[in-house]
Amino acid sequence: MATTNVTAVTEDLDPSVDELRSLYRQLVLIREFEQAALDLYARAQIFGIAHVSIGQEAVPVGVCSALGADDYITSTHRGHGHCLAKGADPGRMFAELFGRAAGYCGGKGGSMHIADPSTGNLGANAIVGGSLGIATGAALGAKLSGSGLVAVCFFGDGAANQGILLEVMNMAAIWSLPCVYVCEDNQYGEYTPKQAVTAGDLGDRAEALGVEVRRVDGMDVLAVRAAARGAVAKARAGEGPQFLLCETYRFLGHGMSDRDRRYRTRQEEAEWRARDPIAGAAEVLRSRHAMAVDEAAIRAEVADEIRQAIESARAEAFPDPEAVSRNVYAD
Amino acid sequence: MSTLIESSTQVETRELTVAAALNEALREEMSRDDRVFLLGEDVGAAGGVYKVTDGLYEEFGAGRVIDSPISEAGIVGLAVGAAMTGRRPVVEVMFGDFLFLAMDQIVNQAAKIRYMSGGAWHAPMVIRTTLGAGRRAAAQHSQSVHAMVAHIPGLKVVLPSDAADAKGMLKAAIRDDDPVVFFEDKLSYREIGPVPRGEYLVPLGQALVRRHGRDVTLVATSSMVGVAMSAAETLAGASVEAEVVDVRCLSPLDLDTVLDSVRRTGRCVVVDEGHRRFGATAELAASVAENAYRELVAPVRRLAAMDVPVPFSPVLEDLTIPRADQVVTAVNGLMAWER
Ligand SMILES: Cc1ncc(C[n+]2csc(CCOP(=O)(O)OP(=O)(O)O)c2C)c(N)n1
Repeated sequence: MATTNVTAVTEDLDPSVDELRSLYRQLVLIREFEQAALDLYARAQIFGIAHVSIGQEAVPVGVCSALGADDYITSTHRGHGHCLAKGADPGRMFAELFGRAAGYCGGKGGSMHIADPSTGNLGANAIVGGSLGIATGAALGAKLSGSGLVAVCFFGDGAANQGILLEVMNMAAIWSLPCVYVCEDNQYGEYTPKQAVTAGDLGDRAEALGVEVRRVDGMDVLAVRAAARGAVAKARAGEGPQFLLCETYRFLGHGMSDRDRRYRTRQEEAEWRARDPIAGAAEVLRSRHAMAVDEAAIRAEVADEIRQAIESARAEAFPDPEAVSRNVYAD
Repeated sequence: MSTLIESSTQVETRELTVAAALNEALREEMSRDDRVFLLGEDVGAAGGVYKVTDGLYEEFGAGRVIDSPISEAGIVGLAVGAAMTGRRPVVEVMFGDFLFLAMDQIVNQAAKIRYMSGGAWHAPMVIRTTLGAGRRAAAQHSQSVHAMVAHIPGLKVVLPSDAADAKGMLKAAIRDDDPVVFFEDKLSYREIGPVPRGEYLVPLGQALVRRHGRDVTLVATSSMVGVAMSAAETLAGASVEAEVVDVRCLSPLDLDTVLDSVRRTGRCVVVDEGHRRFGATAELAASVAENAYRELVAPVRRLAAMDVPVPFSPVLEDLTIPRADQVVTAVNGLMAWER
């Protein structure tokens, strides 16, 4: 199967100033949301298990910019970015992190389980690889109902080693399902580097099934957007499942408690940080549109939005005790 | 030669965390028997997410402490084959919740090979995994699924509740010729307890009376042993003497120790952190009722996790796990019972 050359496509798309501004704003929104979440965690105001995607923002933002409001996504344990990029409200997300009734899951899910039907978000999943079947099933449903919708499955390089990926991609391929598999290859699964546990190239696995693969610079939001547009268009047109292999990096630890990151060097981190997707997007704004957008103003505006989201979330009530038995079954 | 001891025996001890005790068990068994090897996610240089395998990679090398891909079904399947052909694998599955990804390998392969092959093959392996809620980790990281595993003939199910047992029972599990699923309470890893010096084993399938009392028997497992002990303290203040039996193994199950105690006290409360329905408490309570009916002066009571997935919000999660005050209330109810 051919590997699409994404760099060439990027130039052709030439996003407008408004599009660029909106992409930039979303990158900043995810970054600020997660910085705030880290801070709240450090102050023990949120709890449990949470993972931030700082550094990886270009993947969800680029991919979701290629989706319609009703298209589906599934997400992972590192899901804040996917959720926000698909249009979730930061206030309800913080309410969930605080365990409040007003949160997206009524306080039952927390960071790793945020789901939002109103934006087509089928849910974050704390089981590595747990959403691969769900996304493929949503694509099967879309095909059966003729809805024309596409399902995007975000997953990590680590999750690609779960056998279910092969099972569901095979089915997606034989039945030409409108599913886009987006591998966020951030080089590590927890504390183990990819090379130690992953044979060959992940894209080759999809290609072996006849699934079209696009290899993307996951630090470049425009490259991701271009590749995603191509993939989504093909999936929607009935040309079968698509695979995006996005090279990216998490700047921080695996989870909130992983601070020393002994499994990798500070130099490696610095090299990836030099390719910060937010700085990259700002650079495009500057070079193509001669400072048409005031980065500082956007950052300030987003910071303000986050502050308000936290304040409103904090003011929400905890679930009442009876809620504990609700939603186990249909009432 | 190792000595078999009961952890209540008076021997020279030092304080270790549960994680360190497990680490010692692994180190000793790997030194003793070069067939023993470790396999799991992040067990190598990272030392395991709970630091149980810390330092073993440096000591025994990448050939004996193997970092696996995130492929639970695959690694358990590999362990079955390696065990059948002469190795002694110890697999780490970070959260008990993830056992379900490997359930075919555990239930249909490991558990059945001895029986199906008429004893021609067997799979001596250990799967170390966790149980317990209370970490605000939500529904996919908080389950206590030991009763489900214990439902399957051919598997042994071990539930240590303190550092000494963690060490002695892990060593026994590694030497055991059957597949053993070894459940560690994730909240216990940093708890400190006395651990005997020198080598010792705690035989599988022997319950332990952790506290003696004449009025009521509290039968508890793993994380709930602490809950039962603190309930017993409270009850003692009100002159009710509770006996606490730590089950330690669901399979093989030492019913004799449990029945012995219940026959003396005439009352029984069973406490376990798995779900209530069809769970460990159901099995234990039914066995007590079946076998000690005449000696019971009140019905057997049981406390277990609520039959809901574990919720994230602390205000909800705390409702779902049995608490000491609920045990006390249950006991008081039994004490007031007139036959
Ligand atoms: C089935 C399962 N196994 C193990 C884990 C523990 N775990 C959580 S995240 C993670 C690493 C996942 O790596 P990857 O898929 O690359 O995603 P990343 O964290 O890099 O975003 C592991 C092993 C889990 N949650 N689920």
